[in-house]
Amino acid sequence: MKDRLEALKVEAIGKINESQDLKDLQAVKVAYLGKKGPITEVLKGMGKLSAEERPVIGAYANEVRDSIQQELDNKQVELENAAISEKLAKETLDVSLPGRPVKKGNSHPLTAVVTEIEDLFLSMGFTIAEGPEVETDYYNFEALNLPKGHPARDMQDSFFITEDILLRTQTSPVQARTMEKHEGQGPVKIISPGKVYRRDNDDATHSHQFMQIEGLVVDQNVRLSDLKGVLETFAKKMFGEDRKIRLRPSFFPFTEPSVEMDISCFKCSGKGCSICKQTGWIEILGAGMVHPNVLEMAGFDSKKYTGFAFGMGPERIAMLKYGIDDIRHFYANDIRFLKQFKKA
Amino acid sequence: MLISYNWLKEYVNIEISPSELADKITKSGIEVEMVESLNKGISGVVVGYVQECIQHPNADKLRVCKVDIGQGEVSQIVCGAPNVAQGQKVAVAVPGAVLPGNFKIKKAKLRGEESHGMICSLQELGVDTKLVLKEYATGIFVMPSDAEPGSDALEYLNLNDHVLELGLTPNRADCLNVLGVAYEVAAILEQDVKLPDTSYTASEEKAEDFISVNIESLEDNPYYGAMIIRDVKIGPSPLWMQNRLMASGIRPINNIVDITNYVLLEYGQPLHAFDYNRLGSKEIVVRRAAEGEHIQTLDDQDRTLKDTHLVITNGKEPIAVAGVMGGATSEVQPDTTNVLLEAAYFASGRVRAASKDLGLRSEASSRYEKGIDRNRVYAAAKRAAALMAEIAGGRVAEGIVEAGKREVNTYTVNMDVSRMNGLLGTSITSEQTAAIFDRLGFSYKESDGIFEVVVPSRRPDITIEADLIEEAGRIYGYDRIPTTYLLSEARPGGLTESQAKRRGIRNYLEGAGLYQAVTYALTTPEKSTHFSYNGDAVYPISVAHPMSEERSTLRMSLLPQLLEVLQYNRNRSMEDLAVYEMGSVFINRQEVLNDLPEEYVFVSGAVTGVFNEHLWQGERKTVDFFVLKGILEGLMSELNLSERITYESGAIENMHPGRTAIVKLDGIPVGFVGQLHPALQKDLDLKDSYVFELNATSLVEAETEQMVYQALPRYPSITRDIALVVDQELPAGDLFTVIQAAGGELLKEVNLFDLYEGEKMEEGKKSLAFSLKYFDPERTLTDEEVVTAHNRVLKSLEEHFGAQLRK
Repeated sequence: MKDRLEALKVEAIGKINESQDLKDLQAVKVAYLGKKGPITEVLKGMGKLSAEERPVIGAYANEVRDSIQQELDNKQVELENAAISEKLAKETLDVSLPGRPVKKGNSHPLTAVVTEIEDLFLSMGFTIAEGPEVETDYYNFEALNLPKGHPARDMQDSFFITEDILLRTQTSPVQARTMEKHEGQGPVKIISPGKVYRRDNDDATHSHQFMQIEGLVVDQNVRLSDLKGVLETFAKKMFGEDRKIRLRPSFFPFTEPSVEMDISCFKCSGKGCSICKQTGWIEILGAGMVHPNVLEMAGFDSKKYTGFAFGMGPERIAMLKYGIDDIRHFYANDIRFLKQFKKA
Repeated sequence: MLISYNWLKEYVNIEISPSELADKITKSGIEVEMVESLNKGISGVVVGYVQECIQHPNADKLRVCKVDIGQGEVSQIVCGAPNVAQGQKVAVAVPGAVLPGNFKIKKAKLRGEESHGMICSLQELGVDTKLVLKEYATGIFVMPSDAEPGSDALEYLNLNDHVLELGLTPNRADCLNVLGVAYEVAAILEQDVKLPDTSYTASEEKAEDFISVNIESLEDNPYYGAMIIRDVKIGPSPLWMQNRLMASGIRPINNIVDITNYVLLEYGQPLHAFDYNRLGSKEIVVRRAAEGEHIQTLDDQDRTLKDTHLVITNGKEPIAVAGVMGGATSEVQPDTTNVLLEAAYFASGRVRAASKDLGLRSEASSRYEKGIDRNRVYAAAKRAAALMAEIAGGRVAEGIVEAGKREVNTYTVNMDVSRMNGLLGTSITSEQTAAIFDRLGFSYKESDGIFEVVVPSRRPDITIEADLIEEAGRIYGYDRIPTTYLLSEARPGGLTESQAKRRGIRNYLEGAGLYQAVTYALTTPEKSTHFSYNGDAVYPISVAHPMSEERSTLRMSLLPQLLEVLQYNRNRSMEDLAVYEMGSVFINRQEVLNDLPEEYVFVSGAVTGVFNEHLWQGERKTVDFFVLKGILEGLMSELNLSERITYESGAIENMHPGRTAIVKLDGIPVGFVGQLHPALQKDLDLKDSYVFELNATSLVEAETEQMVYQALPRYPSITRDIALVVDQELPAGDLFTVIQAAGGELLKEVNLFDLYEGEKMEEGKKSLAFSLKYFDPERTLTDEEVVTAHNRVLKSLEEHFGAQLRK
């Protein structure tokens, strides 16, 4: 009987190995281990055995059954793996085909520049002040030390609507309005970005509408050296850590002393190139210490408070930063232009 | 302002190069915009003496000259200039010479005659034609007879000089003359200023015997001085003077006129020379012009004057417009012998009025407008008289006949050194401050760090302490000011809620596939009213002096300009576009604009052509109404406003009447979305285009509740689908409203998942299928509860709309 079992084992393992798929394997399983299979048959005949032989043969029969089951399991895993591989092989894609485009626009380059500057000053504790684009003569000029009759406020240069109302020529009226709201109490620490308008013919370097960002700090003990610190931080953030700044005396009616800030050329690092017109320096913005008259008109005691202000043109900064050669590109909105200014 | 480096060196000792000087001037406050070398690459040009000049045998317009070019060398040069003649001293470019533009001179044969070089005109040496003395404008330049053959012609012509172009801010009118710049340079280089020679020997005649002067209003004309110079001989001015005028951008004319221009450049004092014999009287009266009075100015134009203009008269009629231009009748001419020299101080307002009305801006008028040094008028007059004596051989009659006050008193301004250091962030000592004021030529008294500074009359821009602080600071050097950081207490910066939301709107729209545009706020009067939904009582706002009709009126909608963007791109073959803009619009409800108009930030979008495509998978979806509506729904959700927003069909000018929805927030219109009117699309030559416009100000300022976390559902939800048959005209939105109201608390979600309007429906009917999701976060719903709620929904739908379940 033992020989019969041994023979069945060899035969079953042979069939298992020959199985091509899970179906074959199932058939083998039913054939050898099923209730009507030969091993069961063998076990049924055990009654004829002696009491000594019975447990020996019984144990051996179980051993044979376990071996076959083990082989079946192994083969099953093998066949399953093969089936998966075959299925995966059929599912292969051409991964070089283009993906499905995700709709995504982006900011206008001027907005991108303004936002970058806003974020920088927000991180330094500034807030953003806004004001109307249609302004009164008082806030646009008079409150900024440009009394009526001042040559710098020629009718020819501004879009007046009535004698007293005009399109603001600068964002400075926001400074005047903000200071007034503070009712003589510091500190004031704002930047004011926005659109401004001047009577210029549009060409490569002029635009009748453009943007400005101005900053204003009014407090006790505000110094020109502090302005230098703020501007240096700004220059390094916007144009690179290696930038140096230089202040040159200048003139604006609403600041005294007034300065103009140059940065060392980011293209040639000061050696001289076409961007910096061979000077090594690029003019970036105007600034100065708030004129005592401006402080007084806005209700601040100029003996107690001092302040600084600065103003810059996002168009100029964007043109420098991206190498744009014509200011009209910003307002033509050619989609091929707009699409170039991805954020990340 | 153009400043000759060589001329400047006459008044102040300069030992650095023009470019080094320019750098220092720029750093201390006056921007040198350019340093131009007058020698534009020229070499090899010498003085020549024309020994012989004969007609070219083979060419009518050429002459063959024998020219002595020094050291006994005589060259044959063929010359085409009409004015070349034997006996002239001329500028000769010898073979090997280089002229501007890297033009190299070689030996040549011209029509068979050898030519060893070229006799040059000033233009050929790089001088602008409009600066060349008229008689040499079309030919070669003839040099003074004492020029030495063979010597460097550029030295004679001052073409080795450099010109500094100053970009002057309005406060530094004191540097509109060479002396003013000399004071500035002297301060920078710590040098003294050498003043020009104003001495002359007066004749025995007295000026007052020739002329009297009267001023009607000292306010218009605070000072008028007249000098008489007799027996002048009109001719060209000396070459050195011509050279300096040309370097400064002024064309030489004749010695008398050149002297007035020269002293103008030197002192900044406008002067005028009248032909005394042609004055028509022996008196000068300065008065306002009569309205409509005429004068023929020396450019031979007839000018009509206004009563805001100031004129110089001979007691009867105008002979000059004060500070602007002289009259033709009294102009200095070749036969002039006696000159009346005017040195006056006219009020800037009078000069500006006449200059502007007559469209005449001159070197003189612009200086009067910006303000001249009152205390330099007399010195300038003496300087001009001295030059007329020296150069034109005139005899200066004794004295100056004057009216008004010749000089004004100077004033003082105080400066506290500690306040200066407080404002600049420096620690400049009193001694250093004193040294700086010395360099600037300011006199002062000092005690305890307080300086009482006498402001020189040439610097009327200095009126307050801050002005002196700036002077001290800039001479001290802004590069020596330290870099510090604000001392004030730290306060949080940050965006306001509205600002943050506006950024959120922009980010959302960009994420949804729209590109941001920035357009002009000024448009045409017609377009300014397009798409307006502000009612009838709005008035377009136009600027008084537009640059063009195209940019004359403020926008009330962003859409006209966005449509221009679509057109612009379509014209460049880009037809699939999605753009938006966020910007201000201006709504005026006043018939006459007395107060500022209302300003709102609008956000608008325009989409045309294909919106979604994935070509190789066959997807190509053009924009439709629901693309834009979907974008807006997402936006409202972003702003936490979804539940307060409704879309109702409505009419907007220029929009498709059947495909436009008014967007309402809490029932109040805040914008619209829809298709452009097909007629407008055709006009603009656009394909189907969809637009939206929203009042962003209303959206971001709408108060919303603080977001509160909703517990995640721990109990299962139950979903019921219903397909309804309703009238075709019934808006789906109405069904949503009723379903939500009837469903009550338990109904948490309603989705439309099918719309059928096909043949299988009864005429005039459509079918809509909704999926309704019920749940209670606190417990498991019973079937019964859901059935009750759901039946309530069905009943309500039937009551409201006669809606039937689709069989």
